[in-house]
Amino acid sequence: MTRWLQDPILRVDHLTMRFGGLLAVNNVSFAAGRGDITALIGPNGAGKTTLFNCLTGFYKPTSGRIAFSAGRLDDAKIGTLTRSARKHDGETFLLERMADHEIVRKARLARTFQNIRLFQGMSALENLMIAQNEALSRAAGFSFIGLLGLPSWRRAEQAAVERAVGWLDRIGLRKRADDPAGSLPYGDQRRLEIARAMCTNPALLCLDEPAAGLNAAESHGLAELLRGIRDEGETSILLIEHDMSVVMRISDHVVVLDYGQKIADGSPAEVREDPAVIAAYLGVEEHDEPAVEAALQGQALGSGA
Amino acid sequence: MEIFLQQLINGVTLGSIYGLIAIGYTMVFGIIGMVNFAHGDVFMLSAFIALLLLLLLTQMLGLAAAPAFVVALVAAMALTALWNFAIERVAYRRLRGSFRLAPLISAIGMSTFLANFVTVTQGPNNKSIPPMWDEVIKITSGGAYDVTLSYKQILIVVVTGALLAAFWFVVQKTSLGRAQRACEQDAKMAALLGVDVNRTVALTFVIGAALAAVAGSLYLLQYGVVKSSDGFVPGVKAFTAAVLGGIGSLPGAVLGGLLIGLIETLWGQYFSSDYKDVAAFSVLAITLIFMPSGLMGRPDVEKV
Amino acid sequence: MPAEKMLRALREAGWATLVVAGLSFPIIAYRAEPDFNNLLALQPRWPLFLQFCAAAFLLRFFLSLWSGGEAKVKPARVWPKLPWLGPLLLAGLTVYPLAVVALLGPQAALKWIDTYGVQILIYVLLGWGLNITVGLAGLLDLGYAAFYAVGAYAYALLAPLTGLGFWALLPVCGLLAAFWGFCIGFPILRLRGDYLAIVTLAFAEIVRIVLINWDVVTHGEAGLFGFPGLNFFGLPFIPGPRGFAAHFGLPFQGVQKQIFLYYLVLVLALLANLVSLRLRRLPLGRAWEALREDEIACRALGLDTRNIKLTAFALGAFFAGIAGCLFALRQGFVSPSAFTFSESALILAIVVLGGGGSQLGVAVAAVFLVGASELLRELTFLKSVFGPDFDPAQYRMLLVGLAMVAMMNFRPRGLVSTRAPTVRLSNPSSGPSDHLLPQGEKGVAS
Repeated sequence: MTRWLQDPILRVDHLTMRFGGLLAVNNVSFAAGRGDITALIGPNGAGKTTLFNCLTGFYKPTSGRIAFSAGRLDDAKIGTLTRSARKHDGETFLLERMADHEIVRKARLARTFQNIRLFQGMSALENLMIAQNEALSRAAGFSFIGLLGLPSWRRAEQAAVERAVGWLDRIGLRKRADDPAGSLPYGDQRRLEIARAMCTNPALLCLDEPAAGLNAAESHGLAELLRGIRDEGETSILLIEHDMSVVMRISDHVVVLDYGQKIADGSPAEVREDPAVIAAYLGVEEHDEPAVEAALQGQALGSGA
Repeated sequence: MEIFLQQLINGVTLGSIYGLIAIGYTMVFGIIGMVNFAHGDVFMLSAFIALLLLLLLTQMLGLAAAPAFVVALVAAMALTALWNFAIERVAYRRLRGSFRLAPLISAIGMSTFLANFVTVTQGPNNKSIPPMWDEVIKITSGGAYDVTLSYKQILIVVVTGALLAAFWFVVQKTSLGRAQRACEQDAKMAALLGVDVNRTVALTFVIGAALAAVAGSLYLLQYGVVKSSDGFVPGVKAFTAAVLGGIGSLPGAVLGGLLIGLIETLWGQYFSSDYKDVAAFSVLAITLIFMPSGLMGRPDVEKV
Repeated sequence: MPAEKMLRALREAGWATLVVAGLSFPIIAYRAEPDFNNLLALQPRWPLFLQFCAAAFLLRFFLSLWSGGEAKVKPARVWPKLPWLGPLLLAGLTVYPLAVVALLGPQAALKWIDTYGVQILIYVLLGWGLNITVGLAGLLDLGYAAFYAVGAYAYALLAPLTGLGFWALLPVCGLLAAFWGFCIGFPILRLRGDYLAIVTLAFAEIVRIVLINWDVVTHGEAGLFGFPGLNFFGLPFIPGPRGFAAHFGLPFQGVQKQIFLYYLVLVLALLANLVSLRLRRLPLGRAWEALREDEIACRALGLDTRNIKLTAFALGAFFAGIAGCLFALRQGFVSPSAFTFSESALILAIVVLGGGGSQLGVAVAAVFLVGASELLRELTFLKSVFGPDFDPAQYRMLLVGLAMVAMMNFRPRGLVSTRAPTVRLSNPSSGPSDHLLPQGEKGVAS
């Protein structure tokens, strides 16, 4: 039994998302291991972003279950929770039942977007402050204490600024802290969006194509940043990525989707050799078809359990 | 029963006029995703243009009422189209890439301008013309109340039906319609493929204004009175019709117009004429809140 | 080259003239007015028509001649920081009523304090309130006059009913309006921006129609009057031994009430300004601005967009309720005609022209839009130029409409468009927000 099945942080079971007649995600099951970098890959239109939107509450999946726990994901607990009508028991969360902002706040799952969604007109520092808004808002006594400018609020604000500055240092943007986020170069915006997601203090960081549009040096820097986050041990990572050099270099576990279905699941080395994956990416020659079909069937049987 | 039948006829007449205005809202929304708030005032302006032309033709040139009305209608369509062309050019064209509320705010400004422009140039009072073409057909007689259908009402319904059919043909079969649908899907891509987006949008405004002018002229014919503040409430009601029918859908706009016309007249008859506008405004709020894609529109999927 | 340019300018001017002629043909060339038999008759106005055409020709001609053909990109103007401006304005506003009384005497000063002072300050307060909803949170509220009406009617109805003075009723008016903002805001939270705007408009119209028709309570179009007015901490502004003047040993003057109302409105407006400025630097205000920038990103960061929108709606409405109460005190009567859509449009124009988010810009826009048309009314010679039925108020809304269009086209982010961050790391030269940061923070600067 592989590591990500022994100690998963996220378990997706038979997830299906249907838009009218289109099956965007079709009966997908996989697990992401605690402390791993899990990569979700597949050709364009494979359903990766839709799957992400289901995880983070932006879409309500048509059917299926998404179980998540920052602590320990326990089968018995998931079963009890599934039979009850509740969303969570404080430790284990059923994400498909929760609203997007609850998923970030209670379950501690954060995300970035394929097309960067920074607050363009606000400064880099403000972007990182908004990510800490919930805690700050409590410290400000829902504005009443803050309006009076009491010391407890000032201390909380200062702590939040320090945390944000720490992240700005880490992504090399301290000098541009007060510049509007929209004025930063593209690569900096990508990193700032990751830093902003990290400021919500997530247990799982979901990144939608973080290396898209980056040059080789920037991709390398990004890989280092993600590895650094994983090695601190507080945050696991789930990422969608097209840049195979990044995927192969940093991920511990790769899940491959094609046409809404899972076609492969394993370590980077295993997936790289998988004929179904090669077929999905490169197309299939006529005479190879039977072999690929057989491989696909084997996958389907293997993952159906 | 007779009263109900009479109100049904009146409601369909009123609804046809709302439907004609609603087409202008629905087309502009379809093509550039903008609530053209000034469209009701364009309708009011067209009624004023038709009124002035009608007076000019009958008083100064001595034409008979019927030919004068036809000439006034056609000329009002042309002049109102020119107005809307100028409005699009001045107030909206630049804003297509701006932040999402900019076109609506600009349209509110334009609406305020038009209403006050007519107030300043023509005065704030009611302008009424003597009733014309008042022959009616008695549908029932002998009961407590004679149900009548006037030739005007037949004309209004027939014109609306004919325009809708002609219009449907344009959108489905001609290259303008194809260009419109292409811009609706993706303006940038359409431009790359050689569709002149500016021209297509301008034509959409021109057609919308011509239909509003038909509505304005028929409104003047049916009710015989117009004033400069008459753009707002009919405009909001026609927008309600467009939303109720499903914004972006042409048959939906006419269906919505008929429904709003009926709801308004029947509500006015059986509940309270003081609160008849409340009915229309409530329908607007309820539709937008509970079924924003309307009766015949496509659902709007949120893109993340 | 100049000949070619001249020709092009002539051609363009010719087209512009044709278009303007088409636009103004019946509507300006003729005016329909009822004659003795109450039938409409046409009055020709061809000279006016020709003036319009000539103006269009000349304007277009010189524009094409001078524009040089291609648009130049102008660098964004940086507004100089004027630290002395705030205190100076404050001082001016404080001495204004006393200075007017000293200059013009108590009788003539009445109008200047009431129309130019109190009325404009009420609009400034309204502008600042709507600025929270529209300028900060980016929620377009087209029904703001409804909350203004709730405040005004709340005072007019509750003052005689409960016997409470305005000190007690002022917060009640605000809270009632905020409650209405909450109730109207709640069902429309999920709507996209322009639909939300239209629904607020529908709600406001419903409120107005109810005010017109619910005769038993609101007295319909006639409105409410005769409710208790302003008093100075229990001392009414009346002649006689129990009035304010007698108590302080002053001669009774009508202007005393106006001066007190002026200072009351000024203090409340400044308080509203302070609250707005401070909130902007608190998590709530920052969340409003984030919501304006990108709602989906807000949700991805765990912000509860529902609560953020509701607070923006409710707080904006709260200010409108306060302003409504002050309006009732100033006018002495309230009627539905004061709360039409064009009132909402005027307040929206104040916010839009002031430049979404800028407090000073909103105040300047209010002074300009409300004050200018009142000033025009004073200029009696205009009547001799434009005729006896010249009403500047009509031209005001006409110009307001044009100004909104121009603003969206040329400066969509507002007149005073530089946005100061709500929290800074570096030591700003003279940023308005630095004094709110703890001292230690400035040392962190790189």
